[in-house]
Amino acid sequence: MVSTKTLNYSVENIVKSFGGAKALSSVSMSVSGGEVHCLAGENGSGKSTLIKIMSGVHAPDSGIIRLVEKEFSSLSPRQAVQEGVQVIFQDFSLLPNLTAAENIALPTYIYENSRYINKKSTMKIAQEALDLIGVDIDITLPVSEISIASKQLIAIARATNLGVKMLFMDEPTTALTRKEINRLFTVINQIRARGVATVFVSHKIDEIQEICNTITVLRNGSVVADGLMKDFSTKQISEAMTGQDVLTTRITPELKSIKQKVVQVSNLSAIPTFSNISFSIAAGEILGVTGLLGSGRTELAEAIFGKYQVDSGEISVDGLKLPLNSSKAALAAGIGYVPPDRLTQGLFLEQSILRNLIAVGIDRYKKGWGLLPRKNLAQVGDRWISDLKIKTKNPANPVTSLSGGNQQRVVLAKWFATNPHLMILNGPTVGVDVGSKREILEIIRDRAQSGMSFLLVSDDIPELIQICHRVIVIKNGKISKEFSESELNESDLYKELN
Amino acid sequence: MNIRKLLRRNETVLIFAIIIFSLVIGSKSPEFFTTANLFDILRSSFVQLLFALGVLIVIISGGIDVSFPIVGIFAGYTAVVMMRKFQLNEESLLIPITLAIIIGAILGGFNAIAIAGFGIPTLIATLGTAGIFRGLMLSFIGASFISDIPVGLDNFSTADLIKFESDAGTLVRLHVLVIPVAVITIAVSLLLNRTIFGRSVYALGGGIEPTRRLGISIKRTQAKIYMLVGGLSGLAGILYVSLQRKANPYDLAGSELDVIAAVVLGGASIMGGYGTVFGTVLGVLFINMMKNNLVLLGVSSSWQRAAVGVLLVLGITIQAIGENRKSKRQKTAANKEKE
Repeated sequence: MVSTKTLNYSVENIVKSFGGAKALSSVSMSVSGGEVHCLAGENGSGKSTLIKIMSGVHAPDSGIIRLVEKEFSSLSPRQAVQEGVQVIFQDFSLLPNLTAAENIALPTYIYENSRYINKKSTMKIAQEALDLIGVDIDITLPVSEISIASKQLIAIARATNLGVKMLFMDEPTTALTRKEINRLFTVINQIRARGVATVFVSHKIDEIQEICNTITVLRNGSVVADGLMKDFSTKQISEAMTGQDVLTTRITPELKSIKQKVVQVSNLSAIPTFSNISFSIAAGEILGVTGLLGSGRTELAEAIFGKYQVDSGEISVDGLKLPLNSSKAALAAGIGYVPPDRLTQGLFLEQSILRNLIAVGIDRYKKGWGLLPRKNLAQVGDRWISDLKIKTKNPANPVTSLSGGNQQRVVLAKWFATNPHLMILNGPTVGVDVGSKREILEIIRDRAQSGMSFLLVSDDIPELIQICHRVIVIKNGKISKEFSESELNESDLYKELN
Repeated sequence: MNIRKLLRRNETVLIFAIIIFSLVIGSKSPEFFTTANLFDILRSSFVQLLFALGVLIVIISGGIDVSFPIVGIFAGYTAVVMMRKFQLNEESLLIPITLAIIIGAILGGFNAIAIAGFGIPTLIATLGTAGIFRGLMLSFIGASFISDIPVGLDNFSTADLIKFESDAGTLVRLHVLVIPVAVITIAVSLLLNRTIFGRSVYALGGGIEPTRRLGISIKRTQAKIYMLVGGLSGLAGILYVSLQRKANPYDLAGSELDVIAAVVLGGASIMGGYGTVFGTVLGVLFINMMKNNLVLLGVSSSWQRAAVGVLLVLGITIQAIGENRKSKRQKTAANKEKE
């Protein structure tokens, strides 16, 4: 089914807006068969939008999609599949309750309009698909019992089986170990040899250089660089991705004193996730924590808040030792924790600004009989509105009346209202657009200036450099390196990370 | 398949439960291990198994149907009423059965419209239609008990495949329905495992978005499922009327507990995606065995319903525990692989 005819897929002058925000402005890109094309760019640069347009999920506002000789103003998902365009999403779109074999073979049956299915031919189809990409997986297992790396290979096998000519892979290496990445690259080279065009989306520069032969870099919805991979140096790619200006504008506040330690963590261990983690955070200090997926960074953040069970170690706040494994104690000691996605999903949009502001820790405003006196609440609301410079005429207005950036401020105010000594923010800007990201970082800076300490868990390197005083890198559950303020730079951090 | 995996299967657990239960009752009352008792259990299982097969399909697809008993009695009762009103061939068995299946499928079609067309959650949709169907039946079709059902249906209630007098002098009978019910059971199993439609049902239960991306039409699959369940329920309803030799529009309501409990005990996941026909057969047999024989243990019949309720909760608890263990196993497996 797989055709070896060379294919040329290009898009020209694609424009796409969501609501008022422009996601892509006049983007052009071209890929040919037998090519591994890198689509690079930071979070929010428009990579996902471009993939979705090229695979028929979104229709562009304007622009031309050209597949071999055919021209489209927009594609439907079905058309895309018919033309041999396949996307491997980060969630792989596999059915956990069916066997690997069925996951691979089922689309083939549907494609051929079969009404019946039998085990033997299912196994045969699946095995052939796996042979085609040169991997060996137990296909009789249900997908729910298969590792992430193998799931990905199953998704690739399924795509190749469907006569893929153009394969998009959205951040395929995020959840993989180095060994698994090597296996993935072998497979990508296999399908490249068969004439398939692959678009590899990533922001990990070393991987891009290893596997891709052409590159397009997106920043803020525009193409800022494209060409042959060998014409770009690591530095050029990273500069294109981040934009020089972002790198230089650090907004880290001045540290008054590093002597007054607010939080002291020593020898914290939760075998096998992480072990012997020690660090301290001073008043007003912003400490960055980074690491790859599965390195233990999230678990560490949760452990400090008492949400993740640890075996041993010590956490003290303001010199007082904290009982381990108790979120209640952590809260009482003044540790706040904001999990990822809370900043983007933490609002009751139809409710008033005031109600949103008091939503966290509402018990604190309780008076006799459990009542919430209006006057007290109004005071609290007014204070946060002026403190965080939320632009509104009336706190009783619904949150939807605010601009995006101001909504972000409301979310943060909500969490800051508990007045923690240490605020743990886990991925505070995941999925946030460039403008709001800036807003969030500025609010963090302002709070830090007034003495609040931060533990910022993030895999967004430029963001860490922008705001943190120090950054520690977690690798396989251990602190692999600590970067002091003067040592912070993007390429070293990337290098340490991978 | 290795032994450990086999032991973890729901069906295996259920077989053990059935054996243990049999031994306990059998030791208390020798009546239990008689052919007569076995045939009685089978006879009381036929209708329930047909309902259960429909429910199994719905549950695998990630939905739930609570309207099937009403659909069943609606179809059965209406078929009888139509037979009399239009003076159709009293002797015929095929006519009322066909009528009931068609009526059931039409009612299932309304469920399909509510669920696939309007996207109403399955529990709410079928709860609502159950009320509507029942009201329509009682106000427009009839609310009175019919004791003289058509001769064909009446005679069928005593159509026995095997009939002999036991040593104790009691009449031992096995109803001929055992054959068609077995055929339908196998057919449903083949449908689920050997057809693209069947696999789509499993896919739907595994996740709606991935299923859609496979190119399977969610709405069409759902519509087929609910109409099929309606048809099966209609068949079960008319057979119930025949076996009871009366058509009572107030019957069957409330029997959803037994059926859903049987399907869940049989290993179908209430979250969708998992379930087997074999498990459902065992579940139905177990529930009926228990209901028929708790009396032999000296448990009053008013406790039967409670016992079934306990089994349902127990079945779901076992599933939940199994699910937890499974995810733990997976985590350790994934960690090992990483190393």
